Amino acid sequence: MSPKQGVLNSLKTGAFLRSAVRTLRAAILCVVISLAARAAFAQDAAAEPKIDTGDTAWLLASAALVMFMTPGLALFYAGMVRAKNVLNTLMMSFVALSVVTILWVVIGYSLAFSKGTPFIGGLEWIGLKGVGQAPDDFYATTTPHMVFMVFQLMFAIITPALISGAVADRMKFSAYVLFIALWSLVVYSPLAHMVWGEEGYLLSLGALDFAGGTVVHISSGFSALVLCILLGKRRTSSAEDMRPHNLPLVLIGAGVLWFGWFGFNAGSAVASNGLAASAFVVTHVAAATAGFVWVLIEWIIYKKPTALGLATGAVAGLVAITPASGFVEPIPAIVIGAGVSIISFFAIKLKSKLGYDDSLDVFGVHGVGGTWGALATGLFASKAVNSAGADGLFYGGGVELLGKQVIGILVAVALAVIGTLVIGLILKFTIGLQVSEGEEQTGLDLTQHGETGYAGLASGDTGLEANGLSLAMESGSAVTSSEASKVQKS
Amino acid sequence: MVKVEALIRPQKLDDVKNALNEIGIKGMTVTEVRGQGKQKGFTQHYRGAEYTVNLLQKLKLEIVVADDEAEMVAKTIAKSARTGEIGDGKIFLIPVMEAIRIRTGEEGETALA
Repeated sequence: MSPKQGVLNSLKTGAFLRSAVRTLRAAILCVVISLAARAAFAQDAAAEPKIDTGDTAWLLASAALVMFMTPGLALFYAGMVRAKNVLNTLMMSFVALSVVTILWVVIGYSLAFSKGTPFIGGLEWIGLKGVGQAPDDFYATTTPHMVFMVFQLMFAIITPALISGAVADRMKFSAYVLFIALWSLVVYSPLAHMVWGEEGYLLSLGALDFAGGTVVHISSGFSALVLCILLGKRRTSSAEDMRPHNLPLVLIGAGVLWFGWFGFNAGSAVASNGLAASAFVVTHVAAATAGFVWVLIEWIIYKKPTALGLATGAVAGLVAITPASGFVEPIPAIVIGAGVSIISFFAIKLKSKLGYDDSLDVFGVHGVGGTWGALATGLFASKAVNSAGADGLFYGGGVELLGKQVIGILVAVALAVIGTLVIGLILKFTIGLQVSEGEEQTGLDLTQHGETGYAGLASGDTGLEANGLSLAMESGSAVTSSEASKVQKS
Repeated sequence: MVKVEALIRPQKLDDVKNALNEIGIKGMTVTEVRGQGKQKGFTQHYRGAEYTVNLLQKLKLEIVVADDEAEMVAKTIAKSARTGEIGDGKIFLIPVMEAIRIRTGEEGETALA
């Protein structure tokens, strides 16, 4: 089914013909449609929508698991920054929970999943109109439509939050909030529609993305790269101690992400079935392998296996298995996990050579790891795992799927880069993206939020500067602390 | 009166405290400090990024004693804090002009004990 035919189908689908067309479409989908797990249920689309309690329970639980990934990400990132920026880093993830939720209910879900063009959804489900307790006839047909909607919401939340790692330590909080709000509508919703939406372009093409390697990781990773370049580097002196301030937080965060990822990937089967079990297993295998391979590389090169390395590797493994999780067997999951650690490890080392300041390596882990995962899906996908998928290069399918995966990657990269450039440039030349040098030195907790994560010097809460700062904030002008103290005397 | 100021390895604190207790010295102030002497720093790797730590963690002990006790205190610290490796620390003896106990207002050596 070409995208054009898909649109024709949708035009014909009046209320009168709906049932007949639905049956026909389901049959066509069975044969032709690519595999995204969101569409895996297409096989059941012919049946009358009927709520399955097991599927509903698992999808509700999965939505909660994916929600928990965002606080996990917040901890993962917060431990890597300096103590004076810990709250700001946490807030950049938590605020996504608030902002994206509102947008999703008002319009984001409709743009991502309602019928529209192959590139963006329509306005049918604006304000969640018609998204209720009855199942939809295309998405997750055995659970209430609202469950699918809220499950997808959690993906929409964590994706822009992932970008925050690249801009940590220096982005204006106001600019960040506006950025993720616009990005969520301009980049995320259209991409989700293309990959998972009914008659979406990449879905019709047959590119496979089970749980969001393209939509979540490639999009956030490449957007992170563009945004951190637009934003500019952190202004630090060579003597400044840039080491992560709390590695235990990073490891707890990585553990929470790993845990939540079972909802992300196994939940993407949108059913409580064998495919969910398979996705659960390969997700775990890839994370475990990638974590260990990362420390093995460090062991060889630096003679010591680091905690940060294991946490980073595990997350990279989870990223890489995401698009493949509904299509591959456990042994390929080991290859995917090992591969991503080797690739991302050296991608991160390129950062200092190329000179961009991706603070917490969002591009190296999510952009590069997500790209490897999408390609690996084209290598290792097997119809034996998921009959609604396709066979990859190593499973007798030739290069056809791999070619479609490349198209999927290119579309995601193009949309992410262009969307981020447009939004980023608009913000840069209006409200500005970066805090002042003084604010950067004092720390973003105090300057952006007026509070500190810890007592003591490490928080940036140092007498004179803090006094000068509060005075500057009251007067509404950016006076330095020394100027402020002059003002105090006069 | 003399202030004995000793920079020692953090892991030697208990040994030093025990040794000082044995000669009857109980009062002291201990601060966590960082410093650099002859001891080399070390290199850490965070995701491959290299950080060299030159200022190493030490503890600073401050003990004010009567003039005739200072040498014994210094020797006791030197003996109990020593490992023989570079980085064992240093001891300084500094004259003290006056001491006042805040609670009672006592002055001089009577304020020390």
